[in-house]
Amino acid sequence: MVAQAIFYLLALLTVGSSAVVAFSRNIVHSTFALLGAFMGVVGIYVLLAADFVAMVQLLVYVGGILVLTIFAVMLTQGIADVTISNRAVARAPALVISAVAAAVMIFAVFKTPWHQGAKVMVGPTTYGIGNAFLDTYALPFELASIVLLAALIGAVVISRPIDRRAQEQ
Amino acid sequence: MQKLVDNLIASGAFGAHPPRDIIYAIAIFVFSLIVFLGIAFPFAGVVSWVERRVWARMQSRCGPNRVGPNGFLQWLADGLKHVCKEDLIPAESDETLFKMAPYLVILAFTLPWAVMPFSSDLILADLNVGILYMTSVTALTVVGVLMAGWASNDKWSLIGGIRSAAQIVSYEIPAGLSIFPVVLMTGTLSMQGIIKAQGWAPWTWFVFANPFTFIAANVLYISALAEGNRTPFDLPEAESELVAGFATEYSGMRYLFFFAAEWGNLFIIGAIITTLFLGGWQVPAVSSNPVVMNVLQLICFNVKVLFLVFVSMWVRGTLPRVRIDQLMSLCWKYLVPISFVDMVGTAVWMAIWPEGNWIAPWILMALFSAVIIVFLGRVLHYFRRSRMELYLSPTI
Repeated sequence: MVAQAIFYLLALLTVGSSAVVAFSRNIVHSTFALLGAFMGVVGIYVLLAADFVAMVQLLVYVGGILVLTIFAVMLTQGIADVTISNRAVARAPALVISAVAAAVMIFAVFKTPWHQGAKVMVGPTTYGIGNAFLDTYALPFELASIVLLAALIGAVVISRPIDRRAQEQ
Repeated sequence: MQKLVDNLIASGAFGAHPPRDIIYAIAIFVFSLIVFLGIAFPFAGVVSWVERRVWARMQSRCGPNRVGPNGFLQWLADGLKHVCKEDLIPAESDETLFKMAPYLVILAFTLPWAVMPFSSDLILADLNVGILYMTSVTALTVVGVLMAGWASNDKWSLIGGIRSAAQIVSYEIPAGLSIFPVVLMTGTLSMQGIIKAQGWAPWTWFVFANPFTFIAANVLYISALAEGNRTPFDLPEAESELVAGFATEYSGMRYLFFFAAEWGNLFIIGAIITTLFLGGWQVPAVSSNPVVMNVLQLICFNVKVLFLVFVSMWVRGTLPRVRIDQLMSLCWKYLVPISFVDMVGTAVWMAIWPEGNWIAPWILMALFSAVIIVFLGRVLHYFRRSRMELYLSPTI
């Protein structure tokens, strides 16, 4: 009963914050509202006994991605002006696209045969995740790290000051 | 603490068919309140007085010594003063975010106490991802600081907030990487699991286990000081340049929240190092009585943590502030590569000596003792040349 109440509170936090992200007229408010969405998801992971995933969500999304987003938003000039986010253009196409996307998602939710475990497994997951990454899923894991490495090198190349003399030669 | 609640339920204190989840929910609230209001916030207050006294002595001053015995009640007076002050909100500020920021900072300060291992039984929740939890919830501070900096609508606050965020985000990386050697050696992320893998004697602590963990402990301490915005890394609130950094526009209780979190974070920094590298609450098994053992462990843990807190005050009283470029190059050019070497080095060390090397702890301890002896020699040298009565009477 308490668990259900907590679940609905977390769901409210997630959905409510996401609504603020989408509808707020102030883009800085939108960015900070992402915190609520991420924290709600962390709470839902904890309720599902996915301890390691919850902590990684907190570390990567709140500690990394959210802070970088806030940085990007705050360092952009004139970001607090409402005119930056263009609200008047392309309403009809946006409506159509979101309606189609929503229909597909709702269809998928109702069509998927959701697997319901007989009993919730509560136990440490870190050990199993670590073993799976280096054993069964070693190849996807390594591929993901190569993608990240490529992104890192790309970022360095893009952000490097252009060497004029090298270009002239 | 879960054990205690389980025992209470099993003993029938809540009737024959106890509503388990409600009892657990209430227990979580009660124990959290005891830890936050009974330990975390008073510690932050007392440490603010201790720090001012320690600095004063280092700078040949008296420090606050009027309120209560030796000025001990200064922190209560300061707290009362801040509660009575006007809560000022700048007209041009973003009011919602301005009000929310101190709560986020104080949240990031209270959350780590949930896994604080005071003794073998005194821990709110022994999560099996404990140390990961501790490092990731402290990341919330960044969001609060950025929020305060932006919402104040003031250039000092904004620069302070950006500096603080850049600093915390950078130093999280060496801090996170320095935890890995210990996790590799123990194979667990649980705070109690890491402490139980060590012993009470210094040669069984992870700090002396091999040269790489010794360096990792130092890297972690430096990075933790930087994450806690402590001198020599207190650029975000550099008084001479930025008034009070991200807290410039705050007054009253909201201002106090930022600084309570900063002082309280000293305990968390000390607790992380103590747990990972200094054997946590481990004491020799002198008694079979669990209460006596827990009290001894509590004292042992707190002595280690408070020593590290004192070291951070000492550093703050000794070193000048670094520049922002020095701060960044220290992190990215030195600490990050060093912590990668630590991680790989520990893995190689474990592959060569899976059972641990018994001679390395003794060599490292001998080196460490040599450093301490040289240091004590210097201290004695200056003691002989100075006015002893000024230094050796701490109650002036």
